[in-house]
Amino acid sequence: MIRYVGKRILMMIPVLIGVALIIYLIMAMMPGDPAVRILGNDAGPDALAAMRERLGLDKPFMSRFLTYMGNLFIKLDFGNSWRTNQSVWKDLAPRIVVSLKLALISMCFAILIGVPFGVYSAVKQYSFGDNLLRVFSTILVAVPTFWFAMLLILLFALTLHWLPSGGTSNWTGYILPMITCGGPTGCSLLRMTRSTMLEEIRQDYVRTARAKGVPNQKVIYKHALRNALLPVISLIGSGFSFIIGGSVISESVFSIAGVGSLIILSINTIDVPTVTAGVIVVAFFYAVVMLIVDLTYAFIDPRIRAKYTRKV
Amino acid sequence: MRKMDREKKKLRFDGGLQKDEKLIVNLRNNPNYQIWRRLCRNKISVVCMVVLVVMILAAIFADFIRPKEMVYAQNAMEACLRPSWDHPFGTDCFGRDLFTRVLYGSRISFMVGFTVTIISTVIGSVLGGLVAYYGGTFEEIVMRITDMFMAIPEQLLAICVVASFGANAVSMIVALSIAVIPVRTRLMRSTVLSIIDAEYVEAARACGMSDFKIIVTEIMPNAIGPTIINCTQGLASIILTASSLSYLGVGIQPPTPEWGAIISEAKEFLRLAPYYCILPGVVMVIMSLSFNLLGDGLRDAMDPRLKD
Repeated sequence: MIRYVGKRILMMIPVLIGVALIIYLIMAMMPGDPAVRILGNDAGPDALAAMRERLGLDKPFMSRFLTYMGNLFIKLDFGNSWRTNQSVWKDLAPRIVVSLKLALISMCFAILIGVPFGVYSAVKQYSFGDNLLRVFSTILVAVPTFWFAMLLILLFALTLHWLPSGGTSNWTGYILPMITCGGPTGCSLLRMTRSTMLEEIRQDYVRTARAKGVPNQKVIYKHALRNALLPVISLIGSGFSFIIGGSVISESVFSIAGVGSLIILSINTIDVPTVTAGVIVVAFFYAVVMLIVDLTYAFIDPRIRAKYTRKV
Repeated sequence: MRKMDREKKKLRFDGGLQKDEKLIVNLRNNPNYQIWRRLCRNKISVVCMVVLVVMILAAIFADFIRPKEMVYAQNAMEACLRPSWDHPFGTDCFGRDLFTRVLYGSRISFMVGFTVTIISTVIGSVLGGLVAYYGGTFEEIVMRITDMFMAIPEQLLAICVVASFGANAVSMIVALSIAVIPVRTRLMRSTVLSIIDAEYVEAARACGMSDFKIIVTEIMPNAIGPTIINCTQGLASIILTASSLSYLGVGIQPPTPEWGAIISEAKEFLRLAPYYCILPGVVMVIMSLSFNLLGDGLRDAMDPRLKD
């Protein structure tokens, strides 16, 4: 098992370096002179030349990238923001906490909705509750995130006055963003759980367990659900990508100071170092979540576990 | 005697059918026709197809429904009107007819959606097919690169590309294509890998067919199914991602009518004119729901065993 974990962690490193390279390359292709962007149009040629040298623009692309990665690994230094002229990390660090909190509670919300209701839907196939859940989840998967967020604001904040329409001054501010990000993901988890669960409860081993006299609850939760969860767990990984995308939108709709809203703000103010840093940080957390998902998968699926625990 | 023999042989071969009867039998045995029949038997799929055809035709012939001048014509006297017979969706904060803007907006959305789907499917499928067929170092390199692209959440990758290349329709198409190509490559690769050892491929190879011919005539027709299903289901999410970019202000810029941009304008008037935000969104939901359900129907029609 430890060998498997080690292998997966080592595999993460080249992917992350590649991600950084892709983002750095895309942002470097931005037209226009960065020195002019920072100093403004009326800067003198000497000042511009000095700024170009400070930014390393006179050096080739790969050497600039290597310097950037070196600073990142050794000092956790993403460079200085073009907008505030201060260290990007200083702006980013508090926002990472907020975004991570939002992403994690959304993920928990999605799982808590998706898995139990999916099991219910499969066990009570074609009942009223199942039909209702199916219709509801099919529609919610198709709803655009930003529109869903605005409907929630309209209903819960402006009409019913139950929840705040933005900000995270207290915990109630997280509820609507959580539903926005987690709701659609939860619905796709629900659909997945339902279909895999339906497949499993028709298997022979379930019938055998029932014939042996195992109580129904135990058959469903201990036998069928364990096998049905495997594809669901791999969907949780890709669901997290959706949650990250959704959190960019819900951070900007609910005016939450997170990484996503910082990326959008920096794009609108053409602040390249902040955008690069923000996307790299998000990709890092995404990779970590994928790692956890893969490890959970290995932990639950005895076939993968057996491959690595066997003594050579 | 000889003539009679030939007649007999012919009779045995096609069971004595007339020419148009033969055509019908051929058609019935055609797998594509069978898929179509199964799709048409599914009521939900038929409804979705009709809805989508109507929406696409409306987008193409928008000029005949509402004149183009109405998209930008501002009228301060008619700002934020409720839906009425003249303005089925009401008017926006500049007094422009919302129905017209949503109608013309669908043009942009469908254009972006279809272009991205075509570009990403062609590039992704060809790449995935080649990778699976040839394997080796080439496969390793391509798959590691797709891993890297897939490690960046789709929406963020698209946002970065648009930010770098400028906020317009072309860079949005490029951005979304870049984000979708790795998905299609992986899908095609896994499908091709699952059929590459099939007997008919081996038979074609034994007959001395060239690699190119094997890929085009044997592998592609058999591997295209999952990609078609994925494209139908993916179209909605591409259109939704495109409009969320516009909503965030990094996609197509106002005053061009784009669904995301329209809803973004409506944000300020949520309390005053809720329909301004709700109605364009309902159109988007109908569109994406239709694509999703049609994709599900197509999946069931192509592989009836998958149906629960």
